[in-house]
Amino acid sequence: MRKVAILGVGMIPFGRRDDDNLMDLLSAASLKALDDAGFNDRPLDALYVGNMAAGILNHQSSVASALADSLNLLPAAADSVENGPASGGSALKNGILAVASGYYDWVLVVGGEKMTGVIGPKATDTVATMTHPQAEYIYGATLPSLAGMFARLYMKKYGITPRHLAKVAIKNHRNGLLNPYAHIHTKITLEGILTSPQAVVNNPIVSDPLRLYDCCPVSDGAAAVLLCPADKVKEFKKPEVLVAGFGQATDTQTLAERDDPTDLKAVSIAAQKAFQMAKLTPKDIHVAELHDAFTILEIAESEHAGFFKKGEGAKALDAGVTEIGGGLPINPSGGLKARGHPLGATGVAQVVELVWQLREEAGERQVKGAERGFSLNFGGFGNNVVAFVLRREA
Amino acid sequence: MDMEIESLLRPPESHMPPYPAKVITVATGKKMVVRQVDRKAVPTLLKAVLPTLQIPRDYYDIVGVRLYAELLGWYRYRVRDHYCLIGQVDGYLMGIVNGRMYTPEVGMSYHTLAIERGLTVGVHLFAAKMEHHLEFLDQNEVWITAESPIGFRRWMIEYGLVPKTDAQHELGGASFYVLTKELWKANKARLCVGDRPCPEDLLAAAEAEIKLPSEEEVREKILGAKRRQAK
Repeated sequence: MRKVAILGVGMIPFGRRDDDNLMDLLSAASLKALDDAGFNDRPLDALYVGNMAAGILNHQSSVASALADSLNLLPAAADSVENGPASGGSALKNGILAVASGYYDWVLVVGGEKMTGVIGPKATDTVATMTHPQAEYIYGATLPSLAGMFARLYMKKYGITPRHLAKVAIKNHRNGLLNPYAHIHTKITLEGILTSPQAVVNNPIVSDPLRLYDCCPVSDGAAAVLLCPADKVKEFKKPEVLVAGFGQATDTQTLAERDDPTDLKAVSIAAQKAFQMAKLTPKDIHVAELHDAFTILEIAESEHAGFFKKGEGAKALDAGVTEIGGGLPINPSGGLKARGHPLGATGVAQVVELVWQLREEAGERQVKGAERGFSLNFGGFGNNVVAFVLRREA
Repeated sequence: MDMEIESLLRPPESHMPPYPAKVITVATGKKMVVRQVDRKAVPTLLKAVLPTLQIPRDYYDIVGVRLYAELLGWYRYRVRDHYCLIGQVDGYLMGIVNGRMYTPEVGMSYHTLAIERGLTVGVHLFAAKMEHHLEFLDQNEVWITAESPIGFRRWMIEYGLVPKTDAQHELGGASFYVLTKELWKANKARLCVGDRPCPEDLLAAAEAEIKLPSEEEVREKILGAKRRQAK
C-alpha cells in the first residue's frame, strides 16, 4: 500500500446556517480544501461524501453525485458513505484506501450534514434510527437515553461524578471559544451549570444523569480533506501530513447484548489497529480529537483508546492533562460539545483540526509542538468506530 | 397637548404591587439581576428592541415589533396596567419580558425577548413574569400565547399549560393557554429560581444604568455563528 498524505483541508463554521442547504455546506467546505491545497483546476479522481441523514432531514439522496456535479468535478467517481455519526470517518477511510491502493491519486473526502431545518425532537428521532428497530427504537431509545444509561453504569464502576462530566463540558466550551468554526461560543462555569441553585434551570436533566451541557448541540456544517499519495505532496507548497494509521471496528448493535455495557470494545480495537499501523503507541500522541457527543464519552474513549487506564480518565481531567497545555490535550477544537456535531461532518472535521494542529495553523488553540495526532469517530452507540493517527513529516 | 382629551385617552391605572428584584447565577457564572423597570426605562429599552425588527430568525421580528409597540404604548399611556421586567448582567441588558393585569384575577402575558441567547435568559425571565402574576400580583391565572416554536416548546410544553378556547388572548387569534396557580406550584421548583433579596450593590449597579450592546452586537447575539468570520 502507498503512503497517503493530506494535502488540503477545509471547513465552514458549524452552527445554525438557515440560509444554506446541504449542497451549499458541502460545496463550501470542498472548495476551501481545494484552495488550501492550491489544487487549482486539476482533475480529481474521486469524491467520497460522508453523510448520515440527508434522506430524512433534507429529502435528498445521492449526495455525492449531486456534489460532483455542483463542484464541476465530472467525471470523477463519487460515492456517498453512510455510517451513522461515523459517516465522515468511514468516508475518509474509504478515500485513504482508494489512494493507498494505487487506483486513485487525487481524492476529495467531504463530510456534512444539514440538521437544523427540523425541530429538535425530529433531529433526535432521526439520529435514533441507528438504534435497533425492534430491541431499542420501539421502546423509545434515543442516543441521549442510551448515553444516560451508559453514563450511570460507567460512573458507578469508575467513581466518576457529575463534577467530572461538567469539567469536560467547561474545558471543551473554553476551547470552543478559541475556535472560530465552533457552533457554541459560550464560556460556562461549574457554579453556573452544577453547583448553584440556579443550575437546575440553566442545565436541566436531559437523560439522567446527563444534563443539557453534557450533550452536543444539533448543528449544520461540513468539512473536507484532499488526499494524495505521499510522494506527490512535494509538488505543492504544503507541510506533509501523513495518514500514519487507521482502524475500524464494530460491536453489537444493541448495548444490552454486550457482555459488559461499559466496555467499548470497538473503540479499543479501532484505536489499537490505528496505532499498530502507525507503529506508534498512545504515549506518542500529542493531541487527540475524541467523539464527545456526550461528556461521558470523552472520558470513556480516552481510556478505551489507551491514553489512560480504565478509571484514570477522570483523574487526568482533574489534573489538567487533557487541557490545551496539558500532557495530552483532548478536543482543542471544542469537540462535538462546542464545535458541534453535524453527524456526517464530524469524522472529517476531527481530522481537519488535527491537520491544522500538526501544521501549527490552529491559532489561539494551537497545541505546542504537536507532530502526531489521533482522532476517533464513534458511530451508533459504539457499534462502529473509526480511528486515525496522523503524523507530520519533518 | 390638550390634556382634556388626553385624560380621556389615557387608561385608568390599578394598584399593582411591585416585583421584588432577584439575582440569578447564569451558566457563565455571572449574576443576572432581574428587576422591574418603570416608564422612564422605555426609551432605552426601545433602542435594544429596534434591531430585532429586521431579524426574521425565530420570529424575532414579530416579537420585536409587537414588544416595541407595547412598550411605546405603555410609555405614552395607552396600555393599561402594564409592567416590564428586565434581566441585566454587569448592567448589560440580557432580555425583556412584559405583560399586564387583564383583570385583578387574570394576567395577560405579552412578550419574552432574549437578547443574549444560549443561556436560558428567556426561560428565567418568563418564569419571573409568571412569578410576578401569580405571587406578587396574586392573580389566579395567566393567559399565554406563543409566536415562535421555541416559545411554544418553552411555555406550553415545559409548563404543561392548559389550552383555553372560550376566550381571546389580546395578542390575536392564535391558540392560547393558561397557567393556573396549581400548575405553577407543580412546576415552580424546576423552572423558577433566583435569590432574594438581590444584593444591594448589584441592584444599585443595575439601576444606575441599563447598558446596551450595539445594534450590530444585538444582531450577532441573535443570529449567532452565521455571522462569524472564519479563516
